[in-house]
Amino acid sequence: MSEIYKTDTLIAEDIDKYLEIHQHKTMLRFITCGSVDDGKSTLIGRLLFDSKMIFEDQLATLEADSKRSGTQGEEIDFALLVDGLAAEREQGITIDVAYRFFATEKRKFIVADTPGHEQYTRNMVTGASTADLAVILIDARKGVLTQTRRHSYLAHLVGIKNIVLAVNKMDLIDYDQGKYDAIVADYRAFAQSIGITEFTAIPISGLAGDNITTRSANTPWHDGPVLLEHLETVELNQTVEQDKPFRMAVQWVNRPNLDFRGFSGTIATGTVKVGDDVRVLPSGKTSRIARIVTMDGDLSEAVAGQAVTLCLADEIDCSRGQLLCAAQSPVEVADQFEATVIWMDEVEMTPGRAYWLKLGPQTVSATVAQPKYQVNVNTMEQLAAKTLDLNAIGVANITVDRDIPFAPYTDSRDLGGFILIDKMTNRTVGAGLIHFSLRRAQNIHRQATDISREHHAELKNQAPMVLWMTGLSGSGKSTIANLVEKKLARMNRHTFLLDGDNVRHGLNKDLGFTDADRVENIRRVGEVARLMTDAGLIVITAFISPFRSERDMVRGMMQPGEFIEVFVDTPLEEAEKRDVKGLYAKARAGELKNFTGIDSPYEPPEAPQIRIDTTKMSAEEAAELIVAKLIP
Amino acid sequence: MTQTNLTHLQRLEAEAMHIMREVVAQAENPVMLYSVGKDSACMLHLAKKAFYPSPPPFPLLHVDTTWKFKAMYAMRETAARDAGMQLLVHQNPDALRQGINPFDHGGLHTDMWKTEGLKQALDLHGFDAAFGGARRDEEKSRAKERIFSFRTASHRWDPKSQRPELWRNYNAHKTKGESMRVFPLSNWTELDIWQYIHLENIEIVPLYYAAARPTVERDGMLLMVDDDRFPLRDGEEPVMRSVRFRTLGCYPLTGAVESEAKTLPEIIQEMLLTTTSERQGRAIDHDQAASMEKKKQEGYF
Repeated sequence: MSEIYKTDTLIAEDIDKYLEIHQHKTMLRFITCGSVDDGKSTLIGRLLFDSKMIFEDQLATLEADSKRSGTQGEEIDFALLVDGLAAEREQGITIDVAYRFFATEKRKFIVADTPGHEQYTRNMVTGASTADLAVILIDARKGVLTQTRRHSYLAHLVGIKNIVLAVNKMDLIDYDQGKYDAIVADYRAFAQSIGITEFTAIPISGLAGDNITTRSANTPWHDGPVLLEHLETVELNQTVEQDKPFRMAVQWVNRPNLDFRGFSGTIATGTVKVGDDVRVLPSGKTSRIARIVTMDGDLSEAVAGQAVTLCLADEIDCSRGQLLCAAQSPVEVADQFEATVIWMDEVEMTPGRAYWLKLGPQTVSATVAQPKYQVNVNTMEQLAAKTLDLNAIGVANITVDRDIPFAPYTDSRDLGGFILIDKMTNRTVGAGLIHFSLRRAQNIHRQATDISREHHAELKNQAPMVLWMTGLSGSGKSTIANLVEKKLARMNRHTFLLDGDNVRHGLNKDLGFTDADRVENIRRVGEVARLMTDAGLIVITAFISPFRSERDMVRGMMQPGEFIEVFVDTPLEEAEKRDVKGLYAKARAGELKNFTGIDSPYEPPEAPQIRIDTTKMSAEEAAELIVAKLIP
Repeated sequence: MTQTNLTHLQRLEAEAMHIMREVVAQAENPVMLYSVGKDSACMLHLAKKAFYPSPPPFPLLHVDTTWKFKAMYAMRETAARDAGMQLLVHQNPDALRQGINPFDHGGLHTDMWKTEGLKQALDLHGFDAAFGGARRDEEKSRAKERIFSFRTASHRWDPKSQRPELWRNYNAHKTKGESMRVFPLSNWTELDIWQYIHLENIEIVPLYYAAARPTVERDGMLLMVDDDRFPLRDGEEPVMRSVRFRTLGCYPLTGAVESEAKTLPEIIQEMLLTTTSERQGRAIDHDQAASMEKKKQEGYF
């Protein structure tokens, strides 16, 4: 507390001097994690209170709230100060990350108060992703719990190097050194098993204030730092980042006029000076730094963490998403990686489905393979997994649709940490930490052939395309597809009909009807259709293909304009009434699982090129309409 | 190699610039909400830095209530002109027609002029991303809001389904009609704002500095009689007091504090030694503990 009073005096007596000191403070971002009753909110409340970040009116509100809904009787319930959402106050739990701010003489602090419950793991990871340090709280009466292990694992996973083990509620075990030492030894054994080599243990009491801001007389045996002292002096990640080679991803190309072309971004790692040689990735072109531009004047050098605009000596191609690197030590470029994936959405991950992968300013299309394993975050066991559910963490291979520059996550959070975005809902559904690129991506190159796809098409005297029929089972896709092919054949067009049932007898006979298998089914058919268009054919497909994202994935595989989506629109009641193959009856009887329309969804196309309403026209009329549109 | 420890203000500045550049690169039609207050002044200054030597590539939008201080209207025009930016002003035509005012209509005043007015303006121009100067240290529900805060087509905020926001990797994907509110000053505190204004010599509305102003004391607040629309109650007589404002809004809703602070260091000194939080000067939050969360769900900034 003494330091804070000292500050007060300085503010009152020499404000200019105070501002001068405050201006040169550094900033530490940390998270606090612990389970419901470990006293996390009380600790933060105490830090805010002791550093005078709680004002009188807030205190008045707090006192009133404490009496109404607090858990501390007549005492102030600091937890109410940090639980900000109505739902949180009602349930007495922390759901989302809350950011709090306080400052001491040496540093400014941003605390992310993260929830402890397993079902809010994604929120804890959000808070941890920007933190330099984690305070892991333990209730001294309970010792190392499952939650302690999970929180430590997650903090270590997202790359937090500084771990503080705060053994709280020491007052409730009479400041017993023996018990404290046993807890620390217990934690050390666990920490080492997951790769945490160092941590700082501190015996504290959030409620009584022991070893928070001042050394407690109750723990004379503690020779380590007190909490605040440690937070004020621990080395910052930022200075570590400066020692690495220079890397900056281009966020925005700054072009106010024809004479100025600058590349704006935040330096991820390293230092850059005017005159340095740089390489642009993935193109590999090189140039030299001509200027480091800021509104406060040009700089001669800039460091990791600064937002700058760089001008190059040469007019080389460079746009958003490209990476500027030190020319002598560029990063790797690849399109396949192994990564740890943290799933964050209520809808489980679908292996093989295309998601947007956002790595800094680069956004590419990506698929996640079936996980190699999932980690049980409570026991650290590796489990076999077909997919990843909400809050699940696993290791899987990722394939993206073009080469991207990256760095392993352990080298750089900016260049190795990505998010996955659902293409339909636009939600952030997952996060990934890149381990390394896969060899096969580096060693398989495309073989150039002399007879081009244009040549193939010319020989057949036609424009290749894929006519993609989608609709419910029994909607009439196969019947119409067959008629269309017959008509085209009569017109001397070279066609091929890929039918869902036929493909499942051969190429895809290893696949079932789960969501993941349906995605793989469509992916393979898409690849086959693409090869056929390369051969110059008009491909007609008849697959239920229930998911928009997979149809979009196939569209993305084809040359622009060669994918024609035909929606064979038959209402469920009508298809079920026809029930040509007797499948709906079986599905209703529960004998067929995952049947589209019954217990598996169908997502109709939003803007199909051709829509066939089978309740209004016959199969013959439908086929005529399609052919007329294709060959005007 | 010598290491440069960036100061907390340098890091906050870089973070805000990074956020603004992400929005401009990802959004189709961004706008910066400009309320003429100190946070807006700070945000505008950061925008100039983020895009220098280009002017910020978006317009400023002032959602006007017609009840701001006169000094704020004067400041608004010069700030936009100096930044080389277009200034859009929106006044809710329904509120204008019905003569909604803070004296007679209570909560309806904020709802119609600000919440509805903002929604109208965003819809009218089809903005898909709007910068706001809100900070997480202002209020409890703000402390839990993401930097990129997603809104439905009807502008609603759902605190229970916020997108996870990792590293500096911001997801601005959205479907047509949906929008983002983006808060580049999320991690700044009131002290950071003042210190930055001081260091960077950013021009702010003179109302932040103490001066003799005509005021009346009403319901425990000192209100400034800024124009003759202020209905004086029986026995009320404007008194010249040396006051300043810690926060600026509609003049009949904004409480002044008695002060002699005429320079920025003096303001900061007063702020640091004061014992009440900044929002206390605003009538809007006093209703109930969760009032801001509720207003935000309905579309208030």
